[in-house]
Amino acid sequence: MEIRLLADKCTICGACEAACPYDAVAMGADGPELSEECTVCGACVEACPTEAIYIAGEKASPQPEPRDAAGDVWVFAEQREGQLLDVVLELLGEGRRLASELGVSLACLLLGDSVDHLPQELIEFGADLVYVGSAPELKHYRDDLYAQVMEHAVRQHRPAILLIGGTANGRSLAPRVAARLETGLTADCTGFALDEDGNLLQTRPAFGGNLMATIRCPHHRPQMATVRPKVFPKPARQPGREGQVIALELPELVPWQRILEVVEEADTGPNLAEADIVVAGGRGLGSPENFRLVEELASVLGAAVGASRSVVDAGWVSYPHQVGQTGRTVAPKIYIACGISGAIQHIVGMQSSDVIVAINSDPDAPIFSIATYGIVGKAEEVIPALIREIKGSSSQ
Amino acid sequence: MHIVACIKQVPDPSQARIDRETGLVIREGVDKIINPYDLHALEEALRIKETKGGKVTVLSMGPASAEQVLRDAIAMGADQVILLSDRQFAGADTLATSYTLARAVARLEDVNLVICGKQAVDGDTAQVGPGMAAKLDIPHITQVRKLRELTEDKLVAEKLTDRGYEVVEVPLPAVITVVKELNEPRIPGLRGMMRAKKAEIPVWGPEDIEAEADRIGLKGSPTQVWRTFEPERHRKGEMLEGTPSEQAAALWQRLRSL
Repeated sequence: MEIRLLADKCTICGACEAACPYDAVAMGADGPELSEECTVCGACVEACPTEAIYIAGEKASPQPEPRDAAGDVWVFAEQREGQLLDVVLELLGEGRRLASELGVSLACLLLGDSVDHLPQELIEFGADLVYVGSAPELKHYRDDLYAQVMEHAVRQHRPAILLIGGTANGRSLAPRVAARLETGLTADCTGFALDEDGNLLQTRPAFGGNLMATIRCPHHRPQMATVRPKVFPKPARQPGREGQVIALELPELVPWQRILEVVEEADTGPNLAEADIVVAGGRGLGSPENFRLVEELASVLGAAVGASRSVVDAGWVSYPHQVGQTGRTVAPKIYIACGISGAIQHIVGMQSSDVIVAINSDPDAPIFSIATYGIVGKAEEVIPALIREIKGSSSQ
Repeated sequence: MHIVACIKQVPDPSQARIDRETGLVIREGVDKIINPYDLHALEEALRIKETKGGKVTVLSMGPASAEQVLRDAIAMGADQVILLSDRQFAGADTLATSYTLARAVARLEDVNLVICGKQAVDGDTAQVGPGMAAKLDIPHITQVRKLRELTEDKLVAEKLTDRGYEVVEVPLPAVITVVKELNEPRIPGLRGMMRAKKAEIPVWGPEDIEAEADRIGLKGSPTQVWRTFEPERHRKGEMLEGTPSEQAAALWQRLRSL
């Protein structure tokens, strides 16, 4: 499969060059020239006003794997200290929808030790089947053993789709397993759909969130994807829902890693990734002292404190508070951006928030283009006024 | 010790600007740089060499223009660099990239440790490090923020988790991916820059790494970009006017009813 050009139709207008999301098109004297960065995504084909560009040939993929037409949809049920993570339940909601549409079962892969209380919870949140891999060595997450068991279980039961929460563990496990299985993996998906052949259409932000890309994996199974916490809503629990629990046959476990210490760092407030409200500050606050206003507002609202990269780099607040491409991705119900101009790398880390409030003295700051409510003003004046409002209303 | 650092050329994210009208990224005039996380990977490789002896090899896969980031790596102190560049490598997804880089590492001699940045800021997948480790059939540790102990055949490192950190020990060789807290990358000196300017950058193709043709580039990529589209960026935002007190009151009235 490759991009070809009908030279007599090409007017060298440059539309393809501008449309290429990969910067792979350079306009030469005789028309577009493609670099190695071309992924045959077809953006140039669509952009060409004279239909001079087309995609030729079938994708010369490796022999399509013999794939089960009716493989199940699987969700990796990550647990921590015997508790399911919320992202697992969120994935069950989305997985349920896909499984029903495909007419297959929704199954969970649950690994741990003494986790007998969890399958029923998974079933009540939508799972039809729960495969349980239980062993003392699987009590805590470990890259090596979890990857071995997941690979083994997939080879044995052949799911069509495997969804994994985009936690620190999930983002380490998924690529290892996908590479072992020689299948495709799409990171940080924000939406799923099915095409007419039942292939999973996986949508994710690309290029720093400036473009959305829909990815397909038509010839390999399972189709694997990770999803960050809070991207999908948690479904309602259906008490008493029935399902099947199946003990997984474990492969020989070959340990490589030794976990010497697990340290949970004391949270100084609500966890940024899980908070319903985030108050974040940026360079526009002017000084580290004014950043304390952000912390005060957060405390009044019971919110987590976020920050832009520039103030973290300037040392006003520590790295775990950083929101954005190189920090955390958050999607709270309310995100209050104070003195944050809205550089792309920040926006991609918070744009899925339900309500975005922007407080900035520059009326042209890009943050206003994504804000639900905008206030042009000095954050150091607006925040204290807001704190007074909140305190006033709560004492009434 | 033979340390391999893997680096990627990416558009400079600090130069990224959004077109206010279209909501799309402005790509013209954006410089290409070493992926910021990979600078920390390279820095750590150089520090290990400086304290334990050995050599640092830097790999990059990309178009011919990616040789620039390898020159930057030489300027910082890399002993050997290799550019993996060939028409057949083009269009690789993370699986094909993992395979290609793993093949290249396998061609190098007595590699003890492979260091990658935790993710590249253009794709943000964080998949190639663990994928390479799987292809090489060696352990990996992601999000490493500190190396506690390193010998010829063992590494003890601190890795960031969602709740704190873990101390993990793995036998070597292994692949690690690193976060920015690990170190402060050095600024290249004049001598390094002179050396970089004059250096020949070796280019390896599929035959140099004995790669199977159907496992590299577009052919070796199970995932396909089916379509791309513009995100809905513009919200119908409501601007709250007035004095700071009035603005704050109007805002709280809206937020408290949510």
